[in-house]
Amino acid sequence: MTLFERFQKKDPVALSKFITYVENQSKDYEKFLSRIYPMTGKAYRIGMTGPPGSGKSTLTDKLAQKLSSQDRTVGIIAVDPTSPFTGGALLGDRIRMQALSSVKDVFIRSMASRGSKGGLAKTTKEVILVLDAFGKDYIIIETVGVGQVDLDVVDNCDTTLVVFTPESGDAIQAMKAGLMEIADIFVVNKADREGASNLIYELDSFLDLKRKKDNSFGKCWEYPVISVQATHNIGIDLLWKKIEEHKKFIQDNGIFEKKRKAQIKSEIKKLIENRIKEITEEKVKESFDIENIVEEVLAGKDDPYSASERFLREAKLI
Amino acid sequence: MERKIRVLLAKPGLDGHDRGIKVIASAFRDAGFEVIYTGLRQTPEMIAEAAIQEDVDAIGMSVLSGAHMTLFPVVLNLLREKKAEHILLFGGGIIPEEDIEKLEKMGVGKLFTPGAITSEAIEYLKEEIPKRRKEEKLF
Repeated sequence: MTLFERFQKKDPVALSKFITYVENQSKDYEKFLSRIYPMTGKAYRIGMTGPPGSGKSTLTDKLAQKLSSQDRTVGIIAVDPTSPFTGGALLGDRIRMQALSSVKDVFIRSMASRGSKGGLAKTTKEVILVLDAFGKDYIIIETVGVGQVDLDVVDNCDTTLVVFTPESGDAIQAMKAGLMEIADIFVVNKADREGASNLIYELDSFLDLKRKKDNSFGKCWEYPVISVQATHNIGIDLLWKKIEEHKKFIQDNGIFEKKRKAQIKSEIKKLIENRIKEITEEKVKESFDIENIVEEVLAGKDDPYSASERFLREAKLI
Repeated sequence: MERKIRVLLAKPGLDGHDRGIKVIASAFRDAGFEVIYTGLRQTPEMIAEAAIQEDVDAIGMSVLSGAHMTLFPVVLNLLREKKAEHILLFGGGIIPEEDIEKLEKMGVGKLFTPGAITSEAIEYLKEEIPKRRKEEKLF
């Protein structure tokens, strides 16, 4: 039996091997993706993001247990950072998900960010497709601990949760651009700690403005703020209820479809861009004497703008 | 792109001494490996399952409790049962010489004992893992 046949028979070893294959962008991985593409589109994607130590992994663990108890299959992608100095990574999200290793139909994969800056790994998007094609009902994507600008998760998920803790800072932090704008559901974790009710109140009053603004289109999502204590399993049921409400909200109002269309569009563009970049790099290597031109520019006989223009014309790229 | 070495580090059983494995985890990370650490008190089933899901090249088990003659063979058998015998099982701990011989005969990889330096383990994996990787027929 080939690995692909084993994949179709839902063998987790095969799933795992294909994830590696896609993650490493090994030879012809695009062909594999195009082959499984018709099998995708069924999984619902939940994004889990927030600052380091806010409890994303613990919350992911509890949500997955909840889903599994309802007989739904779950895939989890947990991203942790790669060291920019050594290329190594310590992936520790599983520590908080120990209870899941004995739960049926939950598949957890840790990914190192491998130089990607957006909070996800370079190929997280593709790994989502692999899990989707394998038949997972829900996919939870946990980002690295993020700050204010690493927001790739929102482009790849249907419902995005942002997890704060009372230590995350006051609401002014949240009002800054970034995290605040991407969340569908706000979670205040470790809600037994001092400052939690204050943070919830501040978030809530800030969100009122957002809720009113959205309402002018006639479709209003409530942007709930949910207080939880993930380690004690408090608030998880309410959180799950809100996720389901959001799912229904975006499906009923055509937002789901709009999101997916935007994802497909940006994916096609990205693939074309990457390919063009590769082709251009090859051409530069084979037919452009860049070292010589650098000398000319330095000597004042040429300039970077006309040199690049000349190259593109000669290579028939424009 | 050069394929990264992925290693699962695990502490099986009730032994809670994790200082050693944390030192190893940092050293492996600094060597450019992707290290998955699953925390304390793992059962052999949890370890084998996590290794498969993470598609690691190797599992490093730290056993300081004296239960090595039970734990290593159980994990080895589980890997075989799950058709994942390509994963190298190695480890470290307080393990007597004669037990090391027996375990290595069963198919366990190198076992490091107190006094070993981290670079030995790094060199061992760098040498051993490329040998065990094989091209698989995908389609």
